[in-house]
Parts: sequence; structure tokens; C-alpha cells
Amino acid sequence: MSILYHSSTKVLVTGMTGREGLFHTKNMIAANTNIVAGVTPGKGGQTIEGVPVFDTVREAVAKTAANAAVIFVPPLGAADSIMECAEAGVPLVVCITEGIPVNDMARAAAFLKEHPTTLIGPNCPGLATPGQGKMGIMPYHIFKEGDIGFISRSGTLTYEVVALLTAAGLGQSTCVGIGGDPIIGTTFKPCLEMFEKDPHTAAVVMCGEIGGSDEEDAAAYIPTMTKPVIAFVSGRTAPPGKRMGHAGAIISGNTGTAAGKVAALQAAGVPVAETIFEIPDMVKKALNR
Amino acid sequence: MKIHEYQAKEILRRFGIPVQPGKVAATPEEAEAIAREFNAPVVIKAQVYVGGRGKAGGIQFGDTPEQARDAAKRVLGMDIKGLTVNKVLVTPKLIIKEEYYVGVIMDRATQAPVIMVSAAGGIDIEEVAATSPEKIIKRPMDMRWGLLPEQARQMLADAGMPSVVVAKGGAILTALAKAFLAADASLAEINPLALMEDGSVMAADAKILIDDNALPRQPEFATWAEPEEANPLEFEAKAEGLTYVKLDGDVGIIGNGAGLVMTTLDMVARSGGKPANFLDIGGGAKAEVMKKALLFVARDPQVKGILVNIFGGITRGEEVAKGIIMAQGELPPGMPIVARLSGTGEVEGRALLANAGLMWGTDMRDASQKIVAAISNL
Repeated sequence: MSILYHSSTKVLVTGMTGREGLFHTKNMIAANTNIVAGVTPGKGGQTIEGVPVFDTVREAVAKTAANAAVIFVPPLGAADSIMECAEAGVPLVVCITEGIPVNDMARAAAFLKEHPTTLIGPNCPGLATPGQGKMGIMPYHIFKEGDIGFISRSGTLTYEVVALLTAAGLGQSTCVGIGGDPIIGTTFKPCLEMFEKDPHTAAVVMCGEIGGSDEEDAAAYIPTMTKPVIAFVSGRTAPPGKRMGHAGAIISGNTGTAAGKVAALQAAGVPVAETIFEIPDMVKKALNR
Repeated sequence: MKIHEYQAKEILRRFGIPVQPGKVAATPEEAEAIAREFNAPVVIKAQVYVGGRGKAGGIQFGDTPEQARDAAKRVLGMDIKGLTVNKVLVTPKLIIKEEYYVGVIMDRATQAPVIMVSAAGGIDIEEVAATSPEKIIKRPMDMRWGLLPEQARQMLADAGMPSVVVAKGGAILTALAKAFLAADASLAEINPLALMEDGSVMAADAKILIDDNALPRQPEFATWAEPEEANPLEFEAKAEGLTYVKLDGDVGIIGNGAGLVMTTLDMVARSGGKPANFLDIGGGAKAEVMKKALLFVARDPQVKGILVNIFGGITRGEEVAKGIIMAQGELPPGMPIVARLSGTGEVEGRALLANAGLMWGTDMRDASQKIVAAISNL
């Protein structure tokens, strides 16, 4: 078991015929992900890497029963691709694209309120369920099957921490990269709710960073959970008013500081790691392993 | 991206919002000529990307063209919060009766632009928000139809504005919301929205931030880009496709992925060092990009040593190592470099570094401690 992605998930890829889309589609297939369709307007009818390509998402869903989508469409078309997937009834959409104009995402967010689609990202590495496959760009070899749920706002930091968990013998149920943009589809809290319900997840590790208040929202929910949560927050040394790479990683005024997030999480009883190297031991301690 | 007041007003003008006429001068003589053209007392306003221009002396008056020239002479070349004034806006002096605030700002919590209105205008709206939030009327914009004129008027009425401002300001606020979307702004504010003695309402000052991600479809605004901060390195980095933020320490830092680089800064600080910068080379960087990044970081005169922290997924360790070796000959002699390579190509990369006599760390903590020690031993 896992959350969001399972071995039975049928995945379509929008922007599959582009450089990034094709490269990562091959990697997803190598990870045994069931890629059933590609979508690129103007390339319908082709077959690439054994995958049929369609002009529209609706057609791809009708012909292949795809029930999840990964988006590699370039920034100015990506929000439109998210809405196309939602309109075609795709229940899970993972948007990898970085650099989408924020007004486009505000429109997509409003659109999604009227469609029963779960969006992960944008500007994210996607998600992986070890042993079953992945949607996105995470390097699959670092994972190990297990019962630790993982949620992070960043990509390479996810890989770092997952590699530490794996080396410590702590495998993962599902790893979700929720994205580094100011407007994202799914924040920490709904991911925690899914992990709380997942019978194969025993504990959750969440890696937050400066900017916004999603970590604080998660902290308000965590005391109602039965499973332990271990947290890490990056950007403790980031100065206010400077965007630290991710569009969403910026301290404005007194909101979004690492100190505020750490305090909120600790007040909720969450052990917060000072450095990523302490995370595996803290997880083991919480699970009495 | 920040833009100047005169550029923000140009955008507002295109959406039918009344702004007073104005022209930009780069020399005192130009300012004098513009004042002569207006044939009226003028205001000289410094065009720099920071607030608090008035307090810093960046806004001055000239009742005659000669006085305008002298005022421009005082303002041009002035240093305001580390930025040099290269241009001034020359505009006829206004007789303002009342000042209000209207603005649109992207709000991540509501995932929509939020319209803000206050009768307490002309001053720092963030201070009003902090001290008396009840004086600000807010409402998220419905992305399906934008801000409707009736909604705009209602907000102004709720803020307690006189009926002339409800009527004329309503049209202005509706147009401001339209401009926000059309210009791909992340902030658009009129402060103050001025009620004049003659009963007209206009934008006396304006501030707009353009979303960097939208610049590819806003080619005109892209040409308006100028160095935004006191650090010209940040501006150059953007042009070179590097994500660079200047900080205050002496340990140069390069990594791949924003979260990882941020975590590396924290680790260096924990190891007793002070990060000099944030630099994310992104995913899949080749040797050339690594070399460029190293030479770029070394241009900061404060940098005494550089830490490279790469977790290889798509980025390959041997490419990173090659880039470091290529850069070596062009870096200041004796500048310590410590690299930490993990993931794809780590074995090959480490071997290349060892052959070239370069330092490497087993993990980010080890590498942080090594670079801090190497710098303190200089």
C-alpha cells in the first residue's frame, strides 16, 4: 500500500515528446511505472518508447483509462495542461514544471476547486512509491520499500534525506515532493491526512522550508494524528526579503521564518531535527526501533 | 521584477487610470526643460527601486524651471539605501485634498490575488496592516471574472470613502485589477490614490512588481530590467541563468536544488562559518556550468573559499569534478575548494578530484567542516 500512487495506477504524461518529458518517461518506465499514454497536441497517432501519443488528454483517458497524469509541459502552457487534465476527469495530477506564472496558478487553483482532482506541485520532483513505481523525476535507486511516509517542499533535499533513511534501514511507503512554489496544489496537511489513513505507513518525515505558513497549518493538525511525525526546516540562516531559489521560499515581514515554523512544530509535540543527519535516529526513537 | 514609478504609471495610463503627466530626466538640464514645458511648479522624484524616497530626500520641489534644475541636481547621483539615483520623474505639483490606498497583491494563503483598500492612504500600508488591520478592507479576487465594478465600489464604500471617491475610485480599482492580471503583476498598488481639490481622483504614486516567470510573454517589460538591488552580481547572475543571492559571509556556496543549497547554508553556519552566497546550478548541470558558477562566486571579493555540494540525480559527479578542475587555473591562487559529490557518478568524480589534489567531503557536514577549517587556516 501507499498513498496517491500504486502499482495499479495508469499514468499519462503531458509534454512527453519534449526533451525533459521523454528522458523522464524512459526513467519512469524503467522503474516499472505503468505509462499508458503521452499527450502532445500535434503529435497524436505516434508511438514513442512503445507509448501511444494523443492530441488531447480527454482522448488519452478515453482510449487508455489513464487515471493519473504527470506534466512536463513548459511553464507558459503548464497551468493549461493542469486544467485540461482536471476537465478530462484525471483524479491525480503531478506537475513537475518549474517557472509557471503565479497568476496562471491562481487561475488553475480556482479551477481545481470545481473539479475533484488532486494536484501535486508544480515545481516539484513528483512522487515515488518504492517497489511500485514513480511519477516524476526522483532518482528511483535511492528508495527502499518500507513504512516511512515522506513529504518535502524541495527536490535534491528529498533525495539527501531519503538516502539517509535508506542507509539507516528505514524504507519508505510513499515519498511526495509537494513543490517549492507559492501556490501549490497539495500542502503538508492533506498529505499527513493521507499517511494517517494509510495502514502501511508507521511514521512520517516532513521537510519544510522558509516562506508561507503550510508548516504551521500542519502543526495545528499533527496533534490529532496517531502516527509520529519528525520534521526538519531549512533556511534557518536565510535573510528576510530574499527569495532563496524556490519562488515560495521567501521570508516576508515576520511570516515564513524558520524559527516560527520550528516553534510551531515543537509546540505541537513534533521532534524537529537540527540537521538532516539526526532524522533517521529520531524516526527510530519515535518508533522504538 | 521591480519597475520604476514612471513605468508603473505608464501601465496604469494604458488601462485608463488617471495619472498626472510626467517625464523622465537623467540630467538637471533635462529636468529644467521638462519643467519649462509644463509651465508650472514641479515635483522631482528619484526613480529607484526602494521605498522611503521622501524621507531620504529623494523627492524635491521646484517652483521655477531653474529651481527644478537645482532640485534635480541635488537628487541625481544621490545614494538611497545603497542605490544610486540615475533618473528622476518630473511631474506637475499636485494639490491633494485626501489620500487613500488601493492595491492588489498575490496572496499564497488564499491562492488568489487579494484586493486591499484603505482610507488611511499615503503611508506605509504594511504598518497600517500591523497596527490597525480593521482599517483595511480585503477581498480575494475571483479568478473566473476578476474584480467586478460593483465589488470595487462596495469595497471603497465599506472603507468609508466619500461618494465621489466611491464612484471615480471604483472605476480606477476595477482597472487596477485588470492591469494586475494583464501585466502579470504580483503586486500593483496606488498609494496614494488622491482626491484633488477640483474633485478629480488620480494615482499620485504607483508601485508594480512583475512576476519574473511571466517575462517571456511580457517582452516589453523584460526590456525594463535593471539591477534591482545594491548587488550588481545578482543582476548579472540572472542574465547568466544562475540563481544567485548575495549574503554577507566569506564561504562561497554552490549546490544543486534550492532546498539543498539552503540546507547547506545552514550546515556551514552550524560549522562556524558564514555563507557568502546562495547559488543553485539547477538539475543536470554540465562541467561548463560548474566552472561558470565557481568563477562567478569567486568574483565576490568577500569570498575566501568555496564549498560545492552536489547530490547527483540527473547531475553527474564527474561533470561537476571536471568543472571544478577546469575552473582551478582561473580562480584566485590558494583559494580553498571543498567538493562533496554524492549519487550519480560520485566514484568517478571523487577520483578526478583526488588526482587533481582537490579536497572533498564524504557528506555535507564533513565538507562544511572542511571548508570552514580551510578558511580559518588561511
